[in-house]
Amino acid sequence: MKDKIKQKYSIFSLAKNSLSYHLNWKKAWRTPEPKKSYDVIIIGGGGHGLATAYYLASVHGLKNIAVLEKNWLGGGNTGRNTTIIRSNYLWDESASIYEHALKLWETLSTELNFNVMFSQRGVLTISHSEHELKEMSRRVHAIRLNGIDSEILSPEEIKKFIPIINTDQSIRYPIMGGFLQKRGGTARHDAVAWGYARAADNLGVDIIQNCEVTGIIRDQNKVKGVDTTKGYISTKKLGIVVAGHSSVLGEMAGLRLPIQSRPLQALVSEPIKPILDTVIMSNAVHMYISQSDKGEMVLGAGVDKYNSYAQKGSFPVPQHMIAAAVELFPVLSRLRMLRHWGGIVDTCPDASPIISKTDIDGLFFNCGWGTGGFKATPGSGHVFADLIANDNPNKISAPYTLDRFNTGYLIDEHGAAGVAH
Amino acid sequence: MLNIKCPNCGYRDESEFSCGGEAHIIRPGYEVQLSDKDWAEYLFMRYNPKGNFTERWFHAHGCRKWFNIVRNTITNEIYEVYSAGSLPKSTEGRSAYKSNWRRHSQAEIKALKK
Repeated sequence: MKDKIKQKYSIFSLAKNSLSYHLNWKKAWRTPEPKKSYDVIIIGGGGHGLATAYYLASVHGLKNIAVLEKNWLGGGNTGRNTTIIRSNYLWDESASIYEHALKLWETLSTELNFNVMFSQRGVLTISHSEHELKEMSRRVHAIRLNGIDSEILSPEEIKKFIPIINTDQSIRYPIMGGFLQKRGGTARHDAVAWGYARAADNLGVDIIQNCEVTGIIRDQNKVKGVDTTKGYISTKKLGIVVAGHSSVLGEMAGLRLPIQSRPLQALVSEPIKPILDTVIMSNAVHMYISQSDKGEMVLGAGVDKYNSYAQKGSFPVPQHMIAAAVELFPVLSRLRMLRHWGGIVDTCPDASPIISKTDIDGLFFNCGWGTGGFKATPGSGHVFADLIANDNPNKISAPYTLDRFNTGYLIDEHGAAGVAH
Repeated sequence: MLNIKCPNCGYRDESEFSCGGEAHIIRPGYEVQLSDKDWAEYLFMRYNPKGNFTERWFHAHGCRKWFNIVRNTITNEIYEVYSAGSLPKSTEGRSAYKSNWRRHSQAEIKALKK
């Protein structure tokens, strides 16, 4: 694949381009007009959709692929999350898919020749009660049985690991302990979309932006094509990876989904010097925080309580997350907020994704990632590409069928990890 | 923050309420014979429109009564507040009620027949 890259990014290309004041960089991907027909169309140009297209081309050797995006690449939840990556899930099915993703993250920058700034700075989940600590220890053992790194830390060890954290036992929700996944961390969210887009484009994938799908055309029980704002495009296989808009596309195809679209809010502070070199999450006071490479403190919490497509949420949610952050990190109390936003996440009843064939031939859905999809981006694209190419799920994606809601084989991560993502 | 008019207490902030999601889901009785797929539609599948939506709210920190509202999920505009167990009367509410796929679901059709 590497020799096909038109313009390889390296220290040498950087040096060479600096001589011409960086005015001669080539575009990272083309802006093609849609062809009349494709073998596979992926709807949704976020991380998951672009990763799917990339793996369809690179792993499965498919040639005639398009990604349709209604806005710009990575403009939805890919650009709106808090970039946390971890694989410390309770159930075997979840461990398997999130660990698959984490392993792909570890080599992603090299594979894509694009720095996704994956930083394994550790993810520490803290507990605030005796019961939560016991539950946590059960989770740690389950996670370790699946071969995933995970360790319990005492409040003293936490204080040593994060000097600015407040481990005073007199606060309303004192820290009783925590568990750390050292291989977890963060990545640069936009770079993930751009890296996959560039690599997929290089393999001939047509990435078509500003092209909204307005209808799904079927011939009896088989997908024929899609109506878009750029006209009708026919296809043999259609993969839908549109997160918050899954139900809208589902309705176009006549499918009923267990998805509810909710706003998930996040915010960043003004940038400051480095004070936090890891990720902290708390399920009990419900807040997660890290520091970006630019120095902003990045905060997130839970979803708003009502369905919405508005890409903004209600005030009580950020108020709550700031209150929790300030109690745990009193040093943050006088920081000012710089930006605040919401994304629309596709929540599923069991807090696990749907990666599935449907009753309609050639129609595939990848949705339901809810509040925690970013961490899974490479793994999600990898197994979804496999499902589309082979028409059959592989071992990792097999439990995530839409049919699990009929059989009752749910993968209930709500109690285990459904909160802070 | 949504400002919701509770039928009993008047306008209150959203933080006093909890949201119960899609309204008008009828629980099929034990005597109704349903396939697993139809049961799944009742239990798990949800109408999730981009537009007008009939939903249940609960005044948790107030009168503790359930009621229904018609809300637009893009603009958050609330068109109607009506009591639990009744159907919406506004144009927006009636069309939101009618366009819900649940009106054609076997679980609801069979439950209503009994």
